Amino acid sequence: MLSAGARAFSALTRPRFTTASTTLRSPAALRRLLSALAVLEQRDGKLNPGSLSAVTAAQKLGGPIHAFIASSNVKAVAEEAAKVEGVEKVIVVENGAYDKGLPENYAPLLVENIKKGGYTHILASATAFGKNLMPRVAALLDSQQISDVTAVESENTFVRPIYAGNAIATVESTDPIKIITVRGTAFAPAAVGSGSAAVEDGVDPKAESTTEWVSEDLAKSDRPDLSTAEKVVSGGRGLKSKEEFDKIMLPLADSLGAAIGASRAAVDSGYADNSLQVGQTGKVVAPQLYLAVGISGAIQHLAGMKDSKVIAAINKDPEAPIFQVADVGLVGDLFEKVPELTEKLKSA
Amino acid sequence: MSALRILVPVKRVIDYAVKPRVNKAQTGVETAGVKHSMNPFDELSVEESVRIREGKKTPVEDICVISAGPTKAQDVLRTAMAMGADRAIHVETKEGEDLEPLGVAKLLKAATEQNKSNLVILGKQSIDDDAGQTGQMLAGLLGWAQATQASKIEFTGGDSVQVTREVDGGVETLKAKLPMVITTDLRLNEPRYASLPNIMKAKKKPLEKKTLADYGITAEKRLKTIKVTEPPPRQGGGKVEDVDGLVSKLKELGAL
Repeated sequence: MLSAGARAFSALTRPRFTTASTTLRSPAALRRLLSALAVLEQRDGKLNPGSLSAVTAAQKLGGPIHAFIASSNVKAVAEEAAKVEGVEKVIVVENGAYDKGLPENYAPLLVENIKKGGYTHILASATAFGKNLMPRVAALLDSQQISDVTAVESENTFVRPIYAGNAIATVESTDPIKIITVRGTAFAPAAVGSGSAAVEDGVDPKAESTTEWVSEDLAKSDRPDLSTAEKVVSGGRGLKSKEEFDKIMLPLADSLGAAIGASRAAVDSGYADNSLQVGQTGKVVAPQLYLAVGISGAIQHLAGMKDSKVIAAINKDPEAPIFQVADVGLVGDLFEKVPELTEKLKSA
Repeated sequence: MSALRILVPVKRVIDYAVKPRVNKAQTGVETAGVKHSMNPFDELSVEESVRIREGKKTPVEDICVISAGPTKAQDVLRTAMAMGADRAIHVETKEGEDLEPLGVAKLLKAATEQNKSNLVILGKQSIDDDAGQTGQMLAGLLGWAQATQASKIEFTGGDSVQVTREVDGGVETLKAKLPMVITTDLRLNEPRYASLPNIMKAKKKPLEKKTLADYGITAEKRLKTIKVTEPPPRQGGGKVEDVDGLVSKLKELGAL
């Protein structure tokens, strides 16, 4: 038991000690502890630039950033990744078993490398690869993932949209290892430029995959990629058929150098490919210009495009909800107005 | 070949057609007096399970739906049984005692083992939290194969399942052996409406009541919600008369 004097002494001095030690320990010590791993994607030996938004988000944390990449012939991708600004080290694993990003073997691979590197933050873009893989990694590490982050407030506080973007939640993670997927439209891809990261071999636990990759069928297009395009023209149910969709939308897209998107109604009716769907359950885009043609503007669609810089709409229904968010709206028959617009853009 | 014992997790969420409102205290979204229904992706999971049985290519021994939530979650379980599920498990939680995806995955792992399920079909995401994690987490915890965002599921003989999944830019096909976890995408099927006779029949189907403790789960949270706010409102900029007006306004806004 402490005497009265000792108690008074400790009561007096404790705050001073605490203050001193906090000043000593924070931010430098925290910075030493924090380290981020950005999981990068490759396809056929080429870096997927869309996955570099994970590096940009990692930069907001303030600690060292390592990048991770695994594939056959990993050298070429690693060289590219080493030039990415802000990356200190690239961890590579050369093994063809990881080419298709199957989570059954990729997740244990990541877990081993996370443990070896002692990382506190693991980030990947919320692409099909990231969405498929990261929750499995999180479960193996007993961590509650934070999905589709749009802002990093501090090393443990993140912002993410919920309810199809109708509410914005700020959440604080208490997990020692934070697993994060980032929304590409909220973090521009880190530049591939003057970086000169060291390349180091990671560990390869060589887990077997319980799934086997059979085939893929990717839509071929010379137009810009929908997720990263500067301009997007998007068609909806108002286009009436696939023939009309192609006849009206393709020339419009070409006159603007835009990517083509579609509403769920247009995709479900077979006017456009599934991979072009913009919305809560499809792609989220935030281009400089989003031109909605024959789209009414259901909340699920708005969830995928309302962060666009400028929204324009052409619709024959003056009451369509799309006009409530459009910076500029034109009420009229799209079969007349769009070809006219295409002509005027071409001659401009 | 093993007969299928399918577990279908379903979630009661605010109806997709309702525009959610953030509550005054900025702690969450107003749920009182708001129409709820089954998460749309979970309807696809129930539908697919019933179609697998109807397809008769693979014998289906059991389709069990499970939901964790307050008493009202039983409504969506009854709906699922009216669509063709055999039985239901309701894991009752208190109002506000929601589980995070990791907690749900742990609960489902226990339920999968207890029910001897060899196929779990989940929706790819719930339209409230938009996390898109539970299926992948469950597969990880069980060490099972996973196929997410499925637009086609085929049984190709034996225990083999071939799944076409929606990926960026197109589709990808995977093959795996049971047991496995599949999450459903919009393109998988079109869910049926429950007919009145089936709704009546569903009232007699077994609904087992459980608690989190029965599965050794607590509602402990890893993520603390600091605040929930409305997104910055977007003001419509008005309408123009003709195409020339559209072009000049777009130029003025710097979009062209």
